[in-house]
Amino acid sequence: MPDASLRERSAVLIGRVAGAATRRLGRGGGTALPGLVASRIAPGLLSTFARALAEGVVTITGTNGKTTTAHLLTAIARADGREVVANDSGSNMERGLVSMFVDARGSDGAHRLGVLEIDEAELPRLYSRLRPRVAVFLNLFRDQLDRYGEVDSVAEGWASALAAAAGSTETTLVLNADDPSVARLAEHSGGRVVTFGVDDPTAALPGREHAADARFCACGARFEYSAVHMGHVGHWRCPACGAARAAPDVSARRIVLEADRTEVDFTIAGEPCRLTLPLAGLYSVYNALAAAAAAHALGIAADVITASLAHAAPAFGRQEEFALDGRTVRMWLAKNPTGLNEVLRALVAAGPSLCLLVLLNDGIQDGRDVSWIYDADVERLAPLAPSVVCSGDRAADLGLRFALAGIEPALVEPDAERALDAALARTPAGGRLEIVPTYTAMLHMRALLARRTGVASYWEDART
Amino acid sequence: MTAEHPPIRLLTLYDDVMNVYADRGNAIAIQARARARGLAVESCSVSLGDPLPDAADLLLIGGGQDREQRRIADELAGRGERLRAWADDGVAMLAVCGGFQLFGHWYRDTAGDELPGAGVFDVTTVAPGPGWPRCIGDVLAHAIDDGIGEVVGFENHGGRTYLGARARPFAMVEFGYGNNGADGTEGAVRDRAIGTYLHGSVLPKNPALIDHLLAGALSHRAGNAVRLAPLLPGYAERAHAAAAAVARARAPRFDRSARPAV
Repeated sequence: MPDASLRERSAVLIGRVAGAATRRLGRGGGTALPGLVASRIAPGLLSTFARALAEGVVTITGTNGKTTTAHLLTAIARADGREVVANDSGSNMERGLVSMFVDARGSDGAHRLGVLEIDEAELPRLYSRLRPRVAVFLNLFRDQLDRYGEVDSVAEGWASALAAAAGSTETTLVLNADDPSVARLAEHSGGRVVTFGVDDPTAALPGREHAADARFCACGARFEYSAVHMGHVGHWRCPACGAARAAPDVSARRIVLEADRTEVDFTIAGEPCRLTLPLAGLYSVYNALAAAAAAHALGIAADVITASLAHAAPAFGRQEEFALDGRTVRMWLAKNPTGLNEVLRALVAAGPSLCLLVLLNDGIQDGRDVSWIYDADVERLAPLAPSVVCSGDRAADLGLRFALAGIEPALVEPDAERALDAALARTPAGGRLEIVPTYTAMLHMRALLARRTGVASYWEDART
Repeated sequence: MTAEHPPIRLLTLYDDVMNVYADRGNAIAIQARARARGLAVESCSVSLGDPLPDAADLLLIGGGQDREQRRIADELAGRGERLRAWADDGVAMLAVCGGFQLFGHWYRDTAGDELPGAGVFDVTTVAPGPGWPRCIGDVLAHAIDDGIGEVVGFENHGGRTYLGARARPFAMVEFGYGNNGADGTEGAVRDRAIGTYLHGSVLPKNPALIDHLLAGALSHRAGNAVRLAPLLPGYAERAHAAAAAVARARAPRFDRSARPAV
């Protein structure tokens, strides 16, 4: 950190002490406190850290897929021989970012590229301070209306942050061509734009989903779709003003969805690539395309991108697998209607004899309003007649949601550990238990699984 | 109380526009509860530009953001006379949040524009603008009408709704903010029409409220008062109890001097 002031250097040291103390006291990973302490002392610290990264910063934002996309891009950049500093514990607000820099040993110039997932509501405040070299926008879905406010205000925040920086050409925007709320950010770009999208007709849903958000164009007309991939994401056009999805630079041409992996043929700027992505679900394809587009924007070669994606490990709590009691346990974080819809779609693709443990918490990070479970198409699972255990703080709401979808829950048990045992008992030996938790339920469940299987906690993991 | 009755004509209004807060759970719950009671339901969905059907027994409209409200306000207001006549004729209705606001006389939105309403309820709504936090949180309220009792849900609204002289509140708030955070009222009632700020979705976990609406719809269909037998408690009652416990534990007890936190 060559340009840091004395005050900033002291702030870093004090922040490190605070982080070490929290961890020693067993109060969790200390992912926020060091940043909180250090930014109090030196408010400009985040800009100083960002400027010190020789290869610049990649920001990744959007409602769904931030952590996985950042995880994939980190793997690609490392395979390309770059040193990466990443907030891979998923702490994506300002204090979490500062904490990460504070904790990154050898942060004085040894790390070169920052891969930072940014909370979608925080991005407008942080954009000018991070001055990203590449800014990735994944998608914009309804999520935690009690916390983020309405979807429109998030979109307006992004647009004005980009418009304020439109005079500069230093940032390459990486945009999802299939999400109209994201694709139209190109209008505010002063620099290069790289887009990604899906061009396989088999990826289209039979009709519109209920949880579709950007139904209307800025000009006021209703979008028309020739293909819907998820929510309002697909091949869109406005019949009134003529705005329309443009052919993406990184495009998936053929997708074969399987239970635990996905075959993808795609092109990067016209160059054909093929890989078997070790992740399930169409949403994972979008995350992989976003990572590939960002890597392409950084000048990384297509063969490096493809090889790294083919060996990608899942990110924390996102299709992570654990072996427990002679069963495989797979965890699928789902925290909003589109996220849950996509997880359900992947589970349907995984086939019959589905054993499920679903956990709904209503903490601040989950969203206190649990209404959103009615936006998700839980009914999709009914033909599979799955065995479902409902758990979490709002297990009763979840049990009711499944019952209304025609799926009688096997058990409604708010206590997560008892629910886990019951769900394991209902899973045949050698079979697979799929766990679908909201955010805080995922942290809790992962800690339980870590204790029982000896897998590292996330703050240990984040340091490997 | 069964198949002797012709099907209940369920009308969902603008459900592809006013759908931001998952109020479609209300339609899902009505269908399921009617099925459990052996009642047939014929549903019909009307959106922008579609004609209203000749008749309906039960009407639902959900919440939306200012943008969506602007989109439907003129057309909905133009249908006000029809909707008011339906309400007077005893059609059961549930208008939630943004839909409730537009079922009043008018709504002055955050931009200061006055959107016309359908005038079904004698209420007006003002979004007070910057500096006034939204009313967000769990709600526990007590319905004024017999038989509905305690209602639970989640409110998330910027607008403050005030009752006119002819309006009756739907409920009185024990925990939460209600219509305006000042007078303790929640929602409004006109004959069998109910307006409320409650999401959750509200109907799934308030089975007594569904039964009230279903009985109203059946009475409208049959032309004479119909009563429904109670059903055995099930998942809905458990979810109600859980939501009530959450509201008691973390929502502010209603206090007319209290203001939502920024």
